[in-house]
Amino acid sequence: MEIKAIGCEPLSLKRIGVKDGHTLKVYAETGGYKSLEKALSMTPEQIIQEVKDSALRGRGGAGFPTGMKWSFVPKDSPKPKYVVCNADESEPGSFKDRYLMEFDPHAVIEGMIMAGWALGSNTGYIYTRGEYKYLIDIMDVAIREAREAGILGKSVLGKQFSFELHTHTGAGAYICGEETALLSSLEGYRGHPRLKPPFPAVEGLYACPTIVNNVETFTSIPQIIEMGGIKWRDLGTEKSGGTKLWSISGHVKKPGVYELPMGYADMEKFIFEDCGGMLRDDKKLKAVIPGGSSVYIMNAGQILGKNVTMDYEGLVAAGTMLGTGGMMVMDETVDIMESTKNLTEFYKHESCGWCTPCREGTDWLVKIFDRIASGGGRPEDAQLMLDICDNIEGKSFCPLGDAAAWPIQSAIKQFPGDFKKWLSDKTSSNGVAPNL
Amino acid sequence: MAAHTATSFTDKVLVSDEVAEFSPAIIDEMKMHVAKYPADRTRSALIPLLMLVQRERGWIDNPGVNFLAKFLSLEVTDVWETATFYSMFNLRQVGRHHIQICKTLSCRIMGEPDITEHICSKLGIHPGETTEDRKFTVTMVECLGSCGTAPMMQIGFDYHEDLTVEKVDKILTDCK
Repeated sequence: MEIKAIGCEPLSLKRIGVKDGHTLKVYAETGGYKSLEKALSMTPEQIIQEVKDSALRGRGGAGFPTGMKWSFVPKDSPKPKYVVCNADESEPGSFKDRYLMEFDPHAVIEGMIMAGWALGSNTGYIYTRGEYKYLIDIMDVAIREAREAGILGKSVLGKQFSFELHTHTGAGAYICGEETALLSSLEGYRGHPRLKPPFPAVEGLYACPTIVNNVETFTSIPQIIEMGGIKWRDLGTEKSGGTKLWSISGHVKKPGVYELPMGYADMEKFIFEDCGGMLRDDKKLKAVIPGGSSVYIMNAGQILGKNVTMDYEGLVAAGTMLGTGGMMVMDETVDIMESTKNLTEFYKHESCGWCTPCREGTDWLVKIFDRIASGGGRPEDAQLMLDICDNIEGKSFCPLGDAAAWPIQSAIKQFPGDFKKWLSDKTSSNGVAPNL
Repeated sequence: MAAHTATSFTDKVLVSDEVAEFSPAIIDEMKMHVAKYPADRTRSALIPLLMLVQRERGWIDNPGVNFLAKFLSLEVTDVWETATFYSMFNLRQVGRHHIQICKTLSCRIMGEPDITEHICSKLGIHPGETTEDRKFTVTMVECLGSCGTAPMMQIGFDYHEDLTVEKVDKILTDCK
């Protein structure tokens, strides 16, 4: 697996491959915690302004402008405030945060302390998915090092500012990547999402003002403070600032985590040159899911010769979304009915059960897929599934419902042939018997 | 063949008032977790403590749950409410080596079906079952964030990536 920057100096990947880069010693030797000193000499307003100027958009999938999110935290609240790192990386196709936490845990800590200073918070939690236990252990060691060095604790770097940081384990639930479900889970409850508003910035953890950001979002903050918001933004585009980590998997020669400047041109070059092209030279590109399983699937015709730029706007223009940047590449051996069935099973399993459209809808969709895969496809099934999707999309309590509907809607639209075969002559498009 | 028939946790709830016991070292570890949260918010420690109970007892059983309810001043049903939501909590006993094979898309298209078939035929069980000697349980799980190194499986907490049939054979042989 490759881990490298293309088209830019490595920023988020700066310490990947640096020996002992995860230790405080090497982190400090390579410029770490320098920008924290700078940040602590700035006012909270100045920091928030730099983050706004940077055009940093949340790296967890939704792409909400981070500076704006921070500015929603009420300044005059008498309640304690919390900074929470969302390390519940569970989006199929996304695996970038793993490597950030493994190789650069102090960058997560530094970004979170800065957020604490900017927002007037003295406590942070890193909510990590339970399966990533080895990363929790790495973070615990890093936190201990930082505490012993006076970087965390009652007086951060000798300043009159206290910040404590704790790790917290999840226990296997995709829904806990949704920020309000994460907070329910962090309070010891089932991971059910909460009604918004109030947004977590106003009433989050323990009904106190809370900021929840993705791992990569936090590790971007020290970079922004170090080089200045405008300069960081200009690495990317005006609306999508900075650089972004892409996880790429599936049928390419060099899968891995790549750091690209926002606005990288273009997706075809990325897949066929940077990632080495198709895994098997004699197989053609069939489909790409560019941003993690929850975004619209693209067919080869939407990519080849289309100059798709890799940023939020470019992917929307191409008919999909950036999401978490978890790109899954499929060659012509993949049957899109089968791949969509696989993802729908995922959403059914991960639906928290709180609201009816998502709980019942995903269950019915899997039942229909099962019937189709066992040879019982009917011509009207495509429309039936679209009708069910229509009853989930926009009608569920949280975005998981939308995320379940979009892959099906786009798959039926972009790959009608793959469905038609199953619904009429009942053979898979790749000519093999159904094995899903 | 699968020999072990799981006891459902609800049966256990009805029949057992037994409370699990833990060594002082484990209690200290639990207190360390509780101390991370505000004094009036100790329920926050529930999931980390359920993880500890599972590590010590192998699964989430009724005595373990009764202990946590007492330890955190919760109702027994509060603990079950949370425990039954999360897929990592084993509500039935599993083998010493819990093989969790990722079945989500990137692993699925990169060879997971062959890996699953190989493991299951080698162990003589289906996904969801435990071997007669209680050594292995095979579970199919959703994405574990290892798509770039697919196919993959997790045994206990250890990631095994870029799997091939040969690699799987060696990993299984190394499981004592």
